Amino acid sequence: MQPSAAKPTLRIRPTKGWAALNLRELWNYRDLLWILVERNIKVIYKQTALGMTWVALQPLIAAITLAVVFGRIAKLPSDGVPYLLFVFCGMTGWRYFSETAQRSNSSLVNNAQLVSKVYFPRMLIPLSHTFSALVDFALMLVMLFVFMAVYRVPPTLRLAAIPVFLFLTAMTATGVSLWFSALSVKYRDCTYALPFFLQIWMLASPIVYPTSEIASPLKQTLFALNPVVGLVEGFRWSVLGRSALNPSIFWVTVGMSFLALISGAFFFRRVERDFADII
Amino acid sequence: MSAVALSIQNLSKSFRIAHQSGGLPGYKTLHDELMTLPRRLINRLRRSGRSTSETFWALKNVSFDVKAGQALGIIGSNGAGKSTLLKILNRITEPTRGAVDIYGRVGALLEVGTGFHPELTGRENIFLNGAILGMSRAEIRRKFDEIVAFAEVEKFLDTPVKRYSSGMYVRLAFAVAAHLDPEILLIDEVLAVGDAEFQKKCLEKMENVATKEGRTVIFVSHDMDAICHLCSRCILLRHGEVAKMGNAADVVGAYLGGERDQSPEIDFAPIESEARFQFAGLYNQKGQASASFSADETLLLKSSFAVSRQIQGLQFSFSVFNFKGDQIFYSTISMAKPAISVEAAGEHNIAAMIPGRLLLPGRYSITLALHTPKTKLYDRRTRALSFRVVGTIGDSYDGFAGDELGHVYADVKWQEIDNQRVAGSPHDRFPISH
Repeated sequence: MQPSAAKPTLRIRPTKGWAALNLRELWNYRDLLWILVERNIKVIYKQTALGMTWVALQPLIAAITLAVVFGRIAKLPSDGVPYLLFVFCGMTGWRYFSETAQRSNSSLVNNAQLVSKVYFPRMLIPLSHTFSALVDFALMLVMLFVFMAVYRVPPTLRLAAIPVFLFLTAMTATGVSLWFSALSVKYRDCTYALPFFLQIWMLASPIVYPTSEIASPLKQTLFALNPVVGLVEGFRWSVLGRSALNPSIFWVTVGMSFLALISGAFFFRRVERDFADII
Repeated sequence: MSAVALSIQNLSKSFRIAHQSGGLPGYKTLHDELMTLPRRLINRLRRSGRSTSETFWALKNVSFDVKAGQALGIIGSNGAGKSTLLKILNRITEPTRGAVDIYGRVGALLEVGTGFHPELTGRENIFLNGAILGMSRAEIRRKFDEIVAFAEVEKFLDTPVKRYSSGMYVRLAFAVAAHLDPEILLIDEVLAVGDAEFQKKCLEKMENVATKEGRTVIFVSHDMDAICHLCSRCILLRHGEVAKMGNAADVVGAYLGGERDQSPEIDFAPIESEARFQFAGLYNQKGQASASFSADETLLLKSSFAVSRQIQGLQFSFSVFNFKGDQIFYSTISMAKPAISVEAAGEHNIAAMIPGRLLLPGRYSITLALHTPKTKLYDRRTRALSFRVVGTIGDSYDGFAGDELGHVYADVKWQEIDNQRVAGSPHDRFPISH
């Protein structure tokens, strides 16, 4: 029997090697992405007494703890900014990054029922956390402005650069999420390894200390190969006006962010075809 | 000639079955992977075939076309590849070889309620589930009222679905999926859930989709009645290959008629065991070996087995299964009155009589076992014998066939009584003569 002259709406073939990203399909499923984002937000603090208050409480407690341990006890420098403000500003970008990575890490495994029973672009699941964690970020930003008012740090036009650094953070976070969520389908080890990995990553980034502690500009640029360095310093530059951020650090960060996102997306596409069989 | 909706060419799918001892199949730890890396590299260099896994073909060179507007049934025993085929058509998993061309939008109902989140309300879940199945928000909004009405959950729309009864859950899930507007609908055994009335409603809806709306339906089921009712064509899969394809009634008939003509008598190859079966056979009332019985008829199961030493507590037992694999009943020799012992060494010949007017018309199989209860299994012969029950039970049970009426025939005594509310014990009011 000869198939009709019309072109098939869908061709199913085994794929080998690297697959195209198929962004058009991702776009066609954008409604699902928003619904998943909504679901993430609604579900995360359901049946907790404090509800959304947790979103504010968690970074606040963390910042105060860090300020006491590293600011008061260890007396780490902070570019002359009040230490609590310094740490909180650093954490705004960092927590958005780490929350996204952490929540999306086991997201595919947690949605095994969906992945093995229904078709949709799998990338939407980790991707939805990049968007839903924005709620946490927005609240932290509001709190950061409150801190600025309390410490009488005047806002400047540099605040307009925040979206740029947010965008770069989102790219890096998505890239890391795609790597880890895909890996944890096959290796459940990743679920356990990521929290430690993030802890080490945080200490390797200028959250509790300033990048200016590194004297040589070359070493600073090398340090920026960790994209979080540029992102955290970027936020400090926008908010506090004091930062080691310079053009070379900025461009290295942009490069690393793109690298993270693109490598993550291609890796994800390469392994996603086996998800339903091994999850 | 109508257009082709779906064309499948030489479709194959293989899975790797790990043979390593320990460790769960399916996923490995990073540690395992790293530890076996050198060996795998060496193996790859040597191209040696001594890998630790074996390839299992779930589908082998399956080819067929489905015309637009046709309802195609897919049947086969468990593990024949039916679900794998649907999963490939639905893009959940990729084929290993071969090609599929689909002309039209595909909607699938592979398992009811998979897209539900327990913490979300019914309303939120309708949107979530709809989007997962590929509907846009606008589409869902348009169909929302229809979905809610079909599912009969109006009152609970703002309750989290974790508080739903399982019936409500299933109704809602089916309602969402049934209101998709795909040109090609894939349905996998969803009717095994829900109450009878709702199952009927689902079948009607599916029939509508298939016949009145002229959409293409691919329907996988163990329910032969539903297949015959809904589908014009049918495919029988066996071990991943198309065993038979054609008119639905013919293919279902061939499937129920046994995949091979089985002899009612069977000699077993000896195995290493202290108690082992040698022979089993089925006989009718006249003493003739038979694999086909009328519904009224008594069925005689005869078996011989050898016991090499005295085995304390040894029992001979058997179970009867229907074609779906549901166990209908079990019987063991320790139920015999007067008692029969098979503990002594030597050869035992045992007959078991299965009464007539018990099994409904259909296809059955018998599994035999020699065991000591809860301690040791000496010999088991899974589905060693199979037989068919044909015809009707008695005169007044025309059409009493298939499994929609249950699994067995019950000899219920019916009578008219005067008044429920008369005094006295229930037995006085409802005297049944034996």
